[in-house]
Formats: sequence, C-alpha cells, structure tokens
Amino acid sequence: MATRVGVEVSIALADAVKLANPDVIAAYPITPQTHIVEHLAELVANGELDAEYIPVESEHSAMSACLGSSATGARTFTATASQGLALMNEVVYVAAPMRLPIVMAVANRALSAPLSIWCDHSDMMSVRDTGWIQIIAENGQQCVDNIICAFRIGEDKRVLLPVMVHLDGFNLTHVIEPIELPEQSEVDKFLPPCKFPLPLNPDKPVAMGDFAPPIIFTETKWAQEMNIRSSKKVILEIWNKYYKAFGRKYSPVEKYHSDGAKVVLMTMGAIGETASVAIDEMVAEGQSVGQIRLRLWRPFPFEELRESVKDADVLIVLDRAISYGGPGGPLASEVKAAFYDQVKKPKIISFVGGLGGRDITVAGFKDIVKKGIEIAKSGSKKEYEIYGVRE
Amino acid sequence: MENYAVYVPRLVKKEDNFAPGHRACIGCGEALAMRQAFKALDNNVIVVNATGCMEIFASQFPLTSWQLPWIHTLFENAAAVASGVEAGYKAMKRKGVPLPENTKIVAIGGDGATSDIGLQAISGAMERGHDFTYICFDNEAYMNTGNQRSSATPFGAMTTTSPMGKKSFGQFSWKKNMPEIAVAHNIPYVATATHGYPFDLMAKVRKAVDTPGPAYVHILAVCPTGWGSATDTVIRQSRLAVQTGIFPLYEVENGVYKMSIDLPKLRPVTDYLKIQRRFRHLSDDIIAQIQARVKLEYQKILEKADVTKRAKGKSKTGPRKAPAR
Repeated sequence: MATRVGVEVSIALADAVKLANPDVIAAYPITPQTHIVEHLAELVANGELDAEYIPVESEHSAMSACLGSSATGARTFTATASQGLALMNEVVYVAAPMRLPIVMAVANRALSAPLSIWCDHSDMMSVRDTGWIQIIAENGQQCVDNIICAFRIGEDKRVLLPVMVHLDGFNLTHVIEPIELPEQSEVDKFLPPCKFPLPLNPDKPVAMGDFAPPIIFTETKWAQEMNIRSSKKVILEIWNKYYKAFGRKYSPVEKYHSDGAKVVLMTMGAIGETASVAIDEMVAEGQSVGQIRLRLWRPFPFEELRESVKDADVLIVLDRAISYGGPGGPLASEVKAAFYDQVKKPKIISFVGGLGGRDITVAGFKDIVKKGIEIAKSGSKKEYEIYGVRE
Repeated sequence: MENYAVYVPRLVKKEDNFAPGHRACIGCGEALAMRQAFKALDNNVIVVNATGCMEIFASQFPLTSWQLPWIHTLFENAAAVASGVEAGYKAMKRKGVPLPENTKIVAIGGDGATSDIGLQAISGAMERGHDFTYICFDNEAYMNTGNQRSSATPFGAMTTTSPMGKKSFGQFSWKKNMPEIAVAHNIPYVATATHGYPFDLMAKVRKAVDTPGPAYVHILAVCPTGWGSATDTVIRQSRLAVQTGIFPLYEVENGVYKMSIDLPKLRPVTDYLKIQRRFRHLSDDIIAQIQARVKLEYQKILEKADVTKRAKGKSKTGPRKAPAR
C-alpha cells in the first residue's frame, strides 16, 4: 500500500515519471524545472530507471529529440519552463498534428523581459494553440496523479496527442508537500505499455511529416481539431478510472462551495489553494461565495464551466498572464467567450495578478472578491483590473 | 563504359530506396546524389529529413519517393530528431521490445540546414555520440526558397541575397568548412563526396553508416537551377569541382586524413567558374583571390593527409577508437 510522505514536488513528479517507465527522457536545464530532470538523471544513473537520458544542447533540441523518440513508439518525457518553452515553441507545434504522445511537465514561469524566474502563466499561454492537451495541477499530489494519467491519456488510441502537465514554478516545484506515491504494481495495472500504431520501423516503412499542399492542409487541421475536441471524453474516462484505482478524483472544473453561490472566484494553478482559504473565511462570515478551479486548459471544458456557475450572478476570473493590448487575461477572454451566447450568464469580472511571482495573500483574495462585487454592481468600462499594481 | 547495363548490376543494387517520380528540377544533382547514397544502403535505415528541396520535392502528400521509414519535422532539428530516434530504439531494444535488428539512422539536410540553422543541433548530436550518420547535400545556397546565400555559398557567387552590384561582387565571405567542423568533434568518420564520383560517394556513405557512433558525409550537389548552368553539365561540374581543388575529396577516419583521389596537378578554377552563371561577373582580381585560396586550402588538406599518414606509421597506439556508446 502506498504511503504518504513529505517530499519536494519536483522529486515526486520525477518519481511519478519513473513509475510510468519511460524509454526516453530528453531535457535541458531551466529554473524552476531543473529539479525534475536532475532527479530523473539520477534515477537513470543509479540504474533505478531503465531509460535513455539525452542531455540535449537546447530546449529546441529537447522537443526535437522527443519527436524522434516518440515516433519510434518509445514512451517519451521532457520538462521545461518559460524561456525553454518559448525556445521550443516551433517544435511544440509539430507534436500534436503528428500525433506523438509526448508528456511534458511545464513549471510555469514568467517570460522575459524583464528577466524573472518566478511564476506566472505567460509561458503556458504562449503554447495555448499548439494542439497539446494541457492539464493544470494545483498541488504536488495532482502533479503525481496527472503525470501518470497524462501517459495513459496521450497514448490512448482514440487520443494520440501530446500532453502538458502544468505546475506553478517555485510555488509547487520547490515546496515539500505530503504526497502519496502509488506502488509500481498499481501503476503497471493502470498504465498499459505504449503501443504507438505506426512507428518508424524498417519492417513497415511509413512517411511521417509530409508536405501538405492547400488541397489537403485544411483537412489535416480539421482532423486535428476533431481529435482534441473528442479527447475530452477520454480524459474524463481515464480520470474516472484513476479514481477507481487510486481514490483521487479529477474533473475539468473543480468546484469549491460554488453550488448555490452568488459570487464565484475562478483560479488556475497553485494560487487556488490560497484562494480557498479566503473563500472559507468569507463563507464563515456568511457571504454567498464559492470558487472554481480549472484543471483542463485544453481542450477547454465549456459545458463543465457553464454548469459549475449556473447559480452565480458574478464570476470573478483571476489570470496570471496578460494579452497585451488585448482583452487582458487570456483565461477571462476564454470564459467570456464561453458565456457570450448564453441566455443566463453571470457578470464576468476579469482580474490580472500574481505576475512574475508576486504573491496574492488570503487578504488579497478577499480584496479581489470585494472589488469584483463592487465592479459588477457599478459597471466598469475597463477591460480588466490589474491587482496590486503600484501605478 | 560499354555494356554498362551488364556490368553495373554487379556493382550497385537495382532497387532504389529513393524512388523516381519526385518533383526535383531537371538535372538536379542533389536528387542524383541522394539516389546514389541510398543505393549504397540496405533497407534497415530510418531517414530523418530536414526541411529543404529534398523534403519538398519528394514528399508531397499523398505521395512519397521514400521506400524507407522517413520522418520530417522541421528545418534545423534533423540531428536532434535523429538523436531521439536512436535513443528510442536503444531503450526499447534493451527492454526487449521486438524491433528489427541493426537499424541504422541517417539524417539528411541541405547546406542551410547543416551549416547555418541546424549547426547547433548537429554539434550537440555529434558531441553526445549518438550512433547515426548525418549527410549534408550541399548545393551552396538556400535553393528551396529561391537561391539565397548561406554560409556554404562560395566566395564571389551571386545569389538573390548576395547579388552583384556597383558595391558588391557577390558572396563576400569564404565557404564555411563544415567537414572540418565535424572533424573537430572527434567523431569516428567524416568524408566529402560528390555525385560526379558515384562509387566513391556510395562507398563513403556505406562506411559512414557502418561506423558505430556519429559519422558525417558532406556531399557537393550541383544545382543547375541556382547555379545557372546547363543541365547536361551537372556531372562535369561535379568532377571539375574536385579536379580544380575547389571541393577536395577526402575522408577522416578516427582522426586520420586520407585523400580519395590522386590529382598530380589541379586544373585552374576558371574551368569550373566559367560554366556557371553565378560566377560570370567575377573580375580577374576576384578570380585570382579564389585561385590562391583554393591552392592554400588544398595544400592544408594534403598536409594533414601526409602528416597523419606518417603519424600512423609511427604510432604505437594506433588511431583513436570510436567513443563507446
């Protein structure tokens, strides 16, 4: 039986990767992701994990090596963050249409300039349209569980897509949490070996990555879109199977006191746990507030989102990234789009905060909710509010 | 050769793993070199192709010229993708996944993909010692996008981004020496080849692929479209590049240089330059500079071949072994 121990989240995540028995890990160091691949390198060096560890010369080559390895049918893992994700961006785009089920952990960190090693979500937003499945973990246990699920989701024949598991840099990667690591036998039961249907193999030649003229390009893109849209059903099914096997349940939108609440705060990532403490205090004070946390960024869970705030009058969305010169927070724009054509919908108030590692405290979240309610009442012409900025 | 059709089947296999029917320009030296390279190999090869002419003209969906497992992803990452393919096979074989025996990995790219945008990935893959062969098909400019200069474009050559003008004589820099860059990585096998000497090319490609560890073959491929030369002189141009000393044929095995062809006297560079439009504008002064440089570079290689030949004779330890991997 698995036991719960205090361990650094990065180490636990790497141990979860080990439990999935990957064949190839190609990675390049970048803060705050480095502890993950350091631990994997150590496991390989000690013979505890039988895998090829490719210490590549850049993130661009990390993802490129992952493409090659995944195309042979090998189970493939990498991890990165921020500038690393930006550098590999071109390659990230290739994985999904080529249907290569790579799993990548992204330790969310701000993008330069100015240089910042601390957390926000600007890196993950830069890969929003790459066609990857993007799962967001809120604590160490969710990292472990979702890494194991990510391999099974990505490699499922109905899906065959790459999967990113996002964890907030430092807020998660460098903290020690009580985490239950499943037993190897349990994981083996849950996660079947990788069976890629058309691998590179001289016995049965395939051509991968052909050049597509206009007559076929739109069809390939539509197939890709259908593919990721229909993956949500499989993601839910696999999360459900994981729940049955390990007792921890995941859903695309996690609800916290939100049923019946008039005001709902929406968060994404580790900061949601601090927000929950604020919600607890406000509920204790008798306020009708609740919280929803997004677990699945792509494919975006439209139905689950609408259902989760069906009783709310006000939905306050907190983003940790800005779309400069645009509508503000990328998450809030998505949420607004989800409700645009709905008859009954809450008033959506967009906040941006927590950029480049700026902390939002419990009092801060209470303040955001209070301000959000005020804005909803008075009406604001501003696209969004930036929280805690010194103007 | 008389009775060519009778004798050739003894020397090369009839089957083509790079099949006809592709969309290369008439007289394409690169397609010819590629056909020769893959005639030298068996069917146990996985091809990793960088973006470029060869990828575009041979893989337009739903057709392909490739009879081998083939993957193309991007322009600058063929060597990195090849690292992943090699690692994937290595790990899965070790874990007992049923896979064909003795699978070889060959990455191919043009001169832009090799000496410019993909150089870092190639350097990384060589340094890490992956068991793969990288073949550069060098037609001396970005031909796929319409003849723009690369770092492999020769001095003085006119391209669309190194045009001749009142203040320009064409390409302002000397051709980057990719084979020497490969040698500097201490990899077990490096060679140069060109399609005008097909049996030399095939032998080198074969040797490269059979060498454990990283191997690099640099193939000069004549591009009549970009170079502005007659399509019926493609073989002649390839041979003239060698006979003038502009493109010396040699191999470097475990650090030991060896000339592939004995040329008692080099032909003047003008024999090569004058049949190509890209050099038509060159003044006598520029041609003299080219001639001097070719002589110097050729001499350097001859000396290396000579030195290593003598060193090999004296050495007690013998040539360096390929890195264990």
